[in-house]
Amino acid sequence: MTDLNTLESDVLAQVARAADLQALDAVRVAAVGKTGSISGLLKTLGAMSPEERKTQGAAINALRDKVADAIAAKKAWLEAAELDARLASETLDLSLPAPHRRKGSVHPTMQTMDEMIAIFAEMGFAVAEGPDIEDDFHNFTALNFPEKHPAREMHDTFFFNTKENGERMLLRTHTSPVQVRTMVSQKPPIRIIAPGRTYRVDNDATHTPVFHQVEGLVIDKGIHMGHLKWTLETFLARFFETDAVTTQFRPHHFPFTEPSAEMDVQCDRSGGEIKIGQGTSWLEILGCGMVHPNVLRACGIDPDEYQGFAFGMGVDRLGMLKYGMPDLRDMWSSDVRWLSHYGFSAFAAPNAASGLS
Amino acid sequence: MKFTLSWLKDHLETTATVPEIVAAMTMAGLEVEHVTDPATKLAPFTVCKIVEAARHPNADRLQVCQVDTVDGRKEIVCGAPNARPGLTTIYAPIGAYVPGLDVTLVEKPVRGVVSNGMLCSAAELEYATESDGIMELPDALPVGTSAVDALGLEAVIDFEVTPNRPDWLGVVGIARDLAAAGVGKLKDVSIAPIAGTFQSPITVTVDGEACPAFAGRYIRGVKNGPSPKWLADRLTAIGLRPINALVDVTNLISYDRARPLHVYDAAKLSGTVISTRLGRHGVNGDEHLIALDGKTYELTPEMSVIADASGERPIGLGGVMGGESTGCSDETVDVFVESAWFDPIRTAQTGRATGIASDAQYRFARTVDTGSLVDGIELATKLILELCGGEPSEVLFVGEVLPAPKPILFDPAYVGQLSGLEIEPQKSLKILTDLGFKLDAPKDVSPTEFATHAESAVCVTPPTFRRDVEGKADLVEEVARIAGYGALPSTPLPEVARAVGGILTAKQARARTARRALAAAGYAEAVTFSFTHHETAALFGGGQPELLLANPIASELDCMRPSLLPNLIDAAGRNARQGFPDAALFEIGPTFHGERPSDQRTVVAAILAPKAPRGWDKAAQGDVFTVKADLLALLEELGAPVASLQTARSASSWWHPGRSARLQLGPKAVMAEFGEIHPAVLKAMDVAGPVYGFEITLEAIPEPKKKAIKTRPAFSPSALMPLTRDFAFLVEKAKPAGDLVKAAAGADKVLITAARVFDVYEGPGVPVGFKSVAIEVVVQPREATLTDADIEALSAKVVAAAEKAGGKLRS
Repeated sequence: MTDLNTLESDVLAQVARAADLQALDAVRVAAVGKTGSISGLLKTLGAMSPEERKTQGAAINALRDKVADAIAAKKAWLEAAELDARLASETLDLSLPAPHRRKGSVHPTMQTMDEMIAIFAEMGFAVAEGPDIEDDFHNFTALNFPEKHPAREMHDTFFFNTKENGERMLLRTHTSPVQVRTMVSQKPPIRIIAPGRTYRVDNDATHTPVFHQVEGLVIDKGIHMGHLKWTLETFLARFFETDAVTTQFRPHHFPFTEPSAEMDVQCDRSGGEIKIGQGTSWLEILGCGMVHPNVLRACGIDPDEYQGFAFGMGVDRLGMLKYGMPDLRDMWSSDVRWLSHYGFSAFAAPNAASGLS
Repeated sequence: MKFTLSWLKDHLETTATVPEIVAAMTMAGLEVEHVTDPATKLAPFTVCKIVEAARHPNADRLQVCQVDTVDGRKEIVCGAPNARPGLTTIYAPIGAYVPGLDVTLVEKPVRGVVSNGMLCSAAELEYATESDGIMELPDALPVGTSAVDALGLEAVIDFEVTPNRPDWLGVVGIARDLAAAGVGKLKDVSIAPIAGTFQSPITVTVDGEACPAFAGRYIRGVKNGPSPKWLADRLTAIGLRPINALVDVTNLISYDRARPLHVYDAAKLSGTVISTRLGRHGVNGDEHLIALDGKTYELTPEMSVIADASGERPIGLGGVMGGESTGCSDETVDVFVESAWFDPIRTAQTGRATGIASDAQYRFARTVDTGSLVDGIELATKLILELCGGEPSEVLFVGEVLPAPKPILFDPAYVGQLSGLEIEPQKSLKILTDLGFKLDAPKDVSPTEFATHAESAVCVTPPTFRRDVEGKADLVEEVARIAGYGALPSTPLPEVARAVGGILTAKQARARTARRALAAAGYAEAVTFSFTHHETAALFGGGQPELLLANPIASELDCMRPSLLPNLIDAAGRNARQGFPDAALFEIGPTFHGERPSDQRTVVAAILAPKAPRGWDKAAQGDVFTVKADLLALLEELGAPVASLQTARSASSWWHPGRSARLQLGPKAVMAEFGEIHPAVLKAMDVAGPVYGFEITLEAIPEPKKKAIKTRPAFSPSALMPLTRDFAFLVEKAKPAGDLVKAAAGADKVLITAARVFDVYEGPGVPVGFKSVAIEVVVQPREATLTDADIEALSAKVVAAAEKAGGKLRS
């Protein structure tokens, strides 16, 4: 028994002394390996009497289990210590910046256009498109601009060179030619908006030679100016995302509508910036009216059967008003600082559920 | 168009204030642009009298005045030499803003004497541009009278006249609309004829083209000279310069009645016939006229010319400006008055050709009232006789004016039908009569119209000054704007069925997706002009003559853009010059390849000029493969058949020839191009490289197939593990690795699900002129686990396919 006790304390001391996994394994092999000291004792059991084997066997097996447990515990401890040491050496300075990633953005004019389309889609309007390079018929004649009339001069049209046949193409001065193309190719009822680029020979703080318009056209039986007013009031309240938009209709003249109107929105201009939905000033915001019977006739629609309204508004300008961008020309400058300042997130796609922007 | 309140009150009986009139004008469609109201500007200034004036103790040129003012007796220091006891002048109290000096008066000593206000000159009140001393006013003016009243100043209203309303170019026209709108009562504006006592010694001939109609009158024995104060003031108030009574009368009537007139000094006329004709060009040499503005104008056959001396000597540009040679002066004794009618288009063109924008030209270009020829003469006669005396001849009238406007059959119920306004028929008809329209029973219309009209219909005849009114919709506008647009109802649009699949076309929806996808990928959206310089356009395959603008806004913007890339590259260059060289930009918009509608494309383009700030991690900046990855991800997002796309080497000339490619479904179905921009193109555009980019033509992406139902094929993953096998092939250096990958992937269409390049190597162990391309092939067993023999057979297939594509298995 004394031998076993000595062996036990001896082996356990060796386990305690083992400084690393390799040393511990050597202890394990020396004690419980094939030729280990404890394994050797177990082999002696076969030569013992049953009586002796009973007592000695239990003692030797208990010793073996005790040693195995000690080794396993020490191994776990050593492994944990080793991992701690490795992790300590792997420390990173996480205050260092992550790799550079460019931040993209959606241009405010296009965001505004998407917002307008989203609102009109809710109201049952489809989106129609047409070419930027137009002919005289679609841009003027069909829209009841008399030949050489001063109203044509007021449009500051960009022209291409006169062709051999005397015809001269032009850049559309409004998206109304899309209305003409729609009325010529579709039968009423018609309910469309026509977004797109438009062009006028004009360049200052409030005009750029290229700008964006959204025009609308509704043709049906019994459509009157009250429908026009509701449509625009509803649109503006939704667009400016406020309940407090006050608007007024004011008579105006356009060759292609009769009666014609301009719509003003109430605003506050006192602080140098324009705030919609407050104040007592009026700001002209769009032109509109009932489609002129001559326009309907030019497009093959009987004005005694159908009537309807049209409106047109400047997208760039509405965007400026809503988002407080001071200069129209900046919108075309592609300045990366401006784009990042006024641009919109890719995920700000306007929709009825989460709002416009 | 400018006018004053007192002028308006000549024709309108009203107690309305300027703000009330401005509001009524705006709501009737006369858009007021500007009101200059001296009553606001000069509110603090009043009449005062100098009681005493003594020399300033410390300054020779200054006087210390005791002044009776609205605020009592005040001591005021004044430097004007004309300050003297008894003078009636204008006083400004401390705190007043003096517009001519742009200062606000503060109480401070002037050379030791406190001045309790200021005595003002005409210039300090902005009543005159310069002045000599303080104002000298009539002694009858009591102290405390406002400066505005003392000087007879009043508000000037300036408003925009829309081209349809030439009648608003006369104050009477404004008064008529305001009266209809309920602002007051229109006074009698009719003009009584004055009988002539002799036959005009001057006769007139017209040629219908140059001048359709001409009324004239000879007035003999006039005494011309400066106009009386009321007339001079009236013209000055709206910015006109008084000249002499005869000329001022014509200007007055031009603004009062929108009726331009002209006066000839009869003594300066050569011969006894005034004729109107078109200009001559090249017949007797070039024809010229020295006009009243002293400038010489070349006359062309497109212009109306007034001539004397048997038609040989031009003495005026019809409807535009008279000639210097026959103008009226203070010496004029006999005057011939012209009241003619000139064609609007011809007058407009003459105005543009000569650059003359006279009041007459402006009015004739917008159509002068054809009913005003004789009235104009009569009103001029009345005023000339009043101001200059004289004896009038009989009125002569030659030619023919346009026929009067035709009656319009009009059912007042149509007002409600078109405008939605609820308005009594009688009220509608009253508005029309107030505006000068004539109402008749419909029996006067033709039998065919009579047969179809409603019982309540009437015949409405527009006055000759309202040729813009041509149909019943125009009449609705008249009623609605006078009744007030404020009364329009707000009526919800009838509900319509919404399109089930959304309202956007596939192209519109793709543009929208592309916008959001590229912004999410780190590109900033730019919006640039549709123009570029024709030389830049030529670099990008454009610049065709039919795409050059005849009237560009600037010479560098003279051509429609053939591509979005030049504007984006330009923007990158501009940003770099401002110190922000790292640019990732995109634009979605039109490009132009011809003048027909089908020649316009919708293009998505992006550029990457990778110049990000240095990073500690030394991460790659991005290169041509970055844009390739972004392009393919975007095409996938847009629903393009990415798996079927071929990568062809031959991209357009503006790309780096060795670092660009096109993605196509076939040689004639090019969907996109990408690569590095050609260094020579960047150099020509003065932009530092490298710049990478891509351009997608949305029209080239096939329309997605319309599916009746949205369900997707069932998900059936294989239960068997996929396995991979690696191969390395030697292939000629110039051979695209893509071909090899495609061959390997296609070796067994059932089992091979992917083939990926994981290494490309050149160097020791690889023959010169060759590269080693290592490919990992992914094999997906279908029915059962593959045996070694199966895998062997599959590998052999891959090797054979690669060999066909020019690749030799590396051993």
